[in-house]
Amino acid sequence: MSISTRTGTSMDTGESMSALRTIARGIELSPELKDGFRGTMVFAVLSTLGRIVVPVSVQQTLDRGINAPGGPNFGYMGLVAAVAGISVLVTALASYQMTYRLFSSAERGLATLRTKAFRHVHDLPLLTQNTERRGALVSRVTSDVDQVSQFLIFGGIISIVSIGQILVATVLMAVYSWQLTIVVWVCFLPLFASLRYFQRRLSAAYGVVRQQVGVMLSAVSEPVVGAATVRSYGIERRTQDRIDTAIDRYQAASTRAQGLTAFSFSLGGVSAGLANAGVLIFGVLLGVDGDITAGRVLAFAFLVTLFVGPVQIGTQVLTDAQNAIAGWRRVIGILDTPADVVDPGANGVRLPDQPVTIEFAGVGFAYPDGPPVLHDVDLVVAPNTRVAVVGETGSGKTTLAKLLTRLMDPTSGSVSLDGVDLREVPFDSLRDRVVLVPQEGFLFDSTLRANALYGRLDATDEQILVAVDQLGLGDWLETLPRGLDTRVGQRGESLSAGERQLVALLRAHLADPDLLVLDEATSAVDPALEMRIARALERLTKGRTSVTIAHRMSTAENADDVVVVDKGRIVQRGPHAALVAEGGVYGRMHASWVAQQGAA
Amino acid sequence: MSRRPSTGRTRQRGTLRDGFAVIGVAIRREPWIFTLSTLGSVLFGALTVADAWVLGWSTNHVVLPAFKDGDIRPVGLLSILALFVAVALLRAVGIVARRLGAGVMQYRMQAHYRRAVTRQYLRLPMAWHQQHPTGQLLSNANSDVEAAWAPIAPLPMAVGTVAMMVIAVGEMFWTDVPLALVGLLVFPLVIATNVVYQRIQSPLMTRAQALRAELSEVAHESFDGALVVKSLGREGEETDRFTVKAHRLRDVNIKAGRIRAAFDPVLEALPNIGVLAVLAAGVFRVERGLTDPGSVVTVAYLLTIVSFPIRSLGWLVGEFPRSVVGFDRVQAVLDTTGEMAYGDRSPERRAEGARLDVEDLAFGYSGGPLVLRNLTFSVRPGRTVALVGATASGKSTLTALLLRLVDPAQGRVLMDGTDVRDLAPGALAEHAALVPQAAFLFDDTVRGNVALGADVHDDAVWEALRTAQADGFVAALPAGLDTRLGERGATLSGGQRQRLSLARALVRRPRLLVMDDATSAVDPEVEARILAALRRTPDDVQSEATVLVVAYRKATISLADEVVYLRDGQVADQGTHAELLARSPGYADLVNAYEQELPEGGSHDAEVSVP
Repeated sequence: MSISTRTGTSMDTGESMSALRTIARGIELSPELKDGFRGTMVFAVLSTLGRIVVPVSVQQTLDRGINAPGGPNFGYMGLVAAVAGISVLVTALASYQMTYRLFSSAERGLATLRTKAFRHVHDLPLLTQNTERRGALVSRVTSDVDQVSQFLIFGGIISIVSIGQILVATVLMAVYSWQLTIVVWVCFLPLFASLRYFQRRLSAAYGVVRQQVGVMLSAVSEPVVGAATVRSYGIERRTQDRIDTAIDRYQAASTRAQGLTAFSFSLGGVSAGLANAGVLIFGVLLGVDGDITAGRVLAFAFLVTLFVGPVQIGTQVLTDAQNAIAGWRRVIGILDTPADVVDPGANGVRLPDQPVTIEFAGVGFAYPDGPPVLHDVDLVVAPNTRVAVVGETGSGKTTLAKLLTRLMDPTSGSVSLDGVDLREVPFDSLRDRVVLVPQEGFLFDSTLRANALYGRLDATDEQILVAVDQLGLGDWLETLPRGLDTRVGQRGESLSAGERQLVALLRAHLADPDLLVLDEATSAVDPALEMRIARALERLTKGRTSVTIAHRMSTAENADDVVVVDKGRIVQRGPHAALVAEGGVYGRMHASWVAQQGAA
Repeated sequence: MSRRPSTGRTRQRGTLRDGFAVIGVAIRREPWIFTLSTLGSVLFGALTVADAWVLGWSTNHVVLPAFKDGDIRPVGLLSILALFVAVALLRAVGIVARRLGAGVMQYRMQAHYRRAVTRQYLRLPMAWHQQHPTGQLLSNANSDVEAAWAPIAPLPMAVGTVAMMVIAVGEMFWTDVPLALVGLLVFPLVIATNVVYQRIQSPLMTRAQALRAELSEVAHESFDGALVVKSLGREGEETDRFTVKAHRLRDVNIKAGRIRAAFDPVLEALPNIGVLAVLAAGVFRVERGLTDPGSVVTVAYLLTIVSFPIRSLGWLVGEFPRSVVGFDRVQAVLDTTGEMAYGDRSPERRAEGARLDVEDLAFGYSGGPLVLRNLTFSVRPGRTVALVGATASGKSTLTALLLRLVDPAQGRVLMDGTDVRDLAPGALAEHAALVPQAAFLFDDTVRGNVALGADVHDDAVWEALRTAQADGFVAALPAGLDTRLGERGATLSGGQRQRLSLARALVRRPRLLVMDDATSAVDPEVEARILAALRRTPDDVQSEATVLVVAYRKATISLADEVVYLRDGQVADQGTHAELLARSPGYADLVNAYEQELPEGGSHDAEVSVP
């Protein structure tokens, strides 16, 4: 019934994209991420080297300074201390630069990504067709992006430093003994090889966690959102059982994922133990052949710790990366979902500034994978006509309105205004000339003025007040204590449903379109307000072409022309009186209405 | 006692104390898992130290002798392998115990509190729900619970660190007191740096958190109003609005990043500086023969082990502010009392509809003015009564009182002569059903949503759907009765939801059916069919339910046997529609308003404005 509810096309979840592909596409969408990347890398290398210099020089001091053969060697000690001190300083400065630059480029890149995604969401048919998925869309432009930023910065810092440190440690180790370096790498190979396997398992495990979070959040919301229903049906027990089940499942899924994480993380330590043992054992074996000295073997054992640390931390980062990349994928998924309705932009044909003629020529429509909703609709509406579209729920009358405002494009045939196919009209021209007033008067959490201005951004207070007067709403406005400065509350909920409707009409009037498409409200409002709305509507539609999706017989009675839709086809067309005389679908609707009135 | 924390210092100490108190709650609740994960953490720490010991042992007993004598004993080499691998495996066990333990403890605490909070939501009366915004209650059960137990994740690591620090500091003093003192100078520096860091950073973090909330609000609102945005072509302006917030968040994050970038290297350099200081002091002491080189090495080594994990204490303490706030908010819900008192009467199910007597009823919302007063009327079994009245005349409140969603301030509601407050829990629901204005669907199948756990056959479900004119669209759903609905299921229109909600009531064959404007989103024609079906009750007399319907449309009213006309929270008149039309001018205006021709001018305003 209302324009905003019907299952629409699905959103690209991007689940199929590989991690590397995701990162590449992510960087493409946020070019800021590449800004100054080379410089950042230079600082990263510096700070990595610095991290190695300090422990190495400590080890040198111990080895050749204090433990020097002939007593402590103070000259050498001083030198090492000076080198170490300078390294600490240089490392600190380089590390500051690296971190700051990463923060800055990641945050700038992701702000761009967020904004792009937000803008694109407004072009998705999903947004207007599937109200219940909106929460998911919000989290994509908020928490999903936050997750990516955490990963890019901290994961970025740690993985750059870790990889750098692994490489530097490998080079240093090779300088001491290439044979033992191979031993170390061989000990770690199983770990590196198993990472891919664990990544897959972890990714699956966290996928289950995410899914269970969704189930749990929705179960937990039931006793709150459905409080009245739960009480009036006495189903507290059943509701609690459902919540408990969802909580248990979430807990089980989280525990499983955590166990897997802990296990995969602990593997690094086992490899390290093997590597330490291997170095000593092979060191001894090599030493017996005279290839290496005892001092070198021991120094090498210290170097292994420089290798092990970053490997362990790197494993951890890879685990955290799973979630972040999944989040990144979801955001990219939005941007890679094509907009169904494409703006022809500057190449389009602008609509003339005059009352329009509507023409539907052989229009058919079906939702993707759905049965046809409209078949072969031909309809011409002359300028300055008020048309009421009537039909049962599911007849296709709402689809007509969506096609007319180009919320969707027809699957066959064409909809044109003044002979111009809507697909060729630039959005700004279309929105300027054609305005839809939805069933629910949605208001933004601001003042009445700001909501009115939504119709025409540059309207002055005088112009707003003139519009208020023209719609006969002056006395209503006077009842509001703060006039145009009245705050309307979230979704306009400080006002009644009828008052929200009035503001929506005021907004439409300020927009001053040539074609008005109205989805009539069905919810009941106070009779006094009902009269006001009717009067405002009457004045608003004067001098324009208007198409109303009618839910009341009185609306049809008052229209110049009535279009009756049944099972996706236009079955009748003409003024109310003529249609009543004609009988058919409209005749039946009217008769049942009269019967109800009579019964009253 | 209620001394207001005036300075940052006392507030911080307060948070610290409260933070530990919250953790104390978790430890008392899950002592075994806490012990296990802490042992794992201590094991991990001990074995990290043991690694060094194994290296030393291997050097002295295997490596050096082998190089000296050129004699390789396989036993020695195998011992090295065994020792290192054993230490590594045990350490892996420690890691798994620590991390898994911390995770399990955190998830269990979350689960305990989510269960407790939702039980409380189910227990507390509707009146309480009406006083608390939905969003707040949802965040109590979700993000507040999560925040409260967030410090559990770094907890075992922190406890293990403290244990390791105690051991290491003891060993440092045991080894060489002056060197230990030099080394320990690093600790206060690290802690002080952390404190300064937290103090500079936390206002930025708070600001970023607030901006995230604002960003999410803008997105929510903008997506909610998508139709308006799109139909007026305001996507550009909306994107600007979002971009402003996104850029503010970006700038705060970058600022926080700059501070972090400055502090991180300092925190990392401090231990290194400490080691260098120990070495310098060590050389001085070795030169004077006050200590031996081995002691210097040991103290320097212990210092490096300990100083990094100190930061894990920072992570723990950093979670405290959010945790304390979250815990307090959850606890406030759990501490709320005032559930409804029930009687013990469970009347037998009778064949005919229920008799309803409303006696001198008065009700007001939490200290507000009375919405209903002196309300008295009766409905005989099997009658259909329309409740008619202008907006805010108290109709919805009355339906809530009839189903005992709220209790009256005065007067009583009698069902078959029994005060509904004397009924046992669940007894009223066996006899009466309410179809609310806004249909609520559970995250369940169509069948589950209609049956709601009642033991009913599919045939009965279909029959109820048929009466509610919902069988057509349900049959067209991809999986029929098994189609999932709700947040993550198929999307239904408002009218379809209302019809399912009606079927839900009908399937239980209530003796009293209360409909609160339950067909507002349904086409008039479909509504007429529903009402006709309701009236054309099947052959068995059993389903001659008493029906109360809040009505706006004349067609709805016309199907009622009589009308109760409410005005300003009181019964203004009761009788048949025709009688009321004849004798109550206000009533006539009210019900005729809908069907009036569209007039130009405001002549009608005076007549219909609520007296």
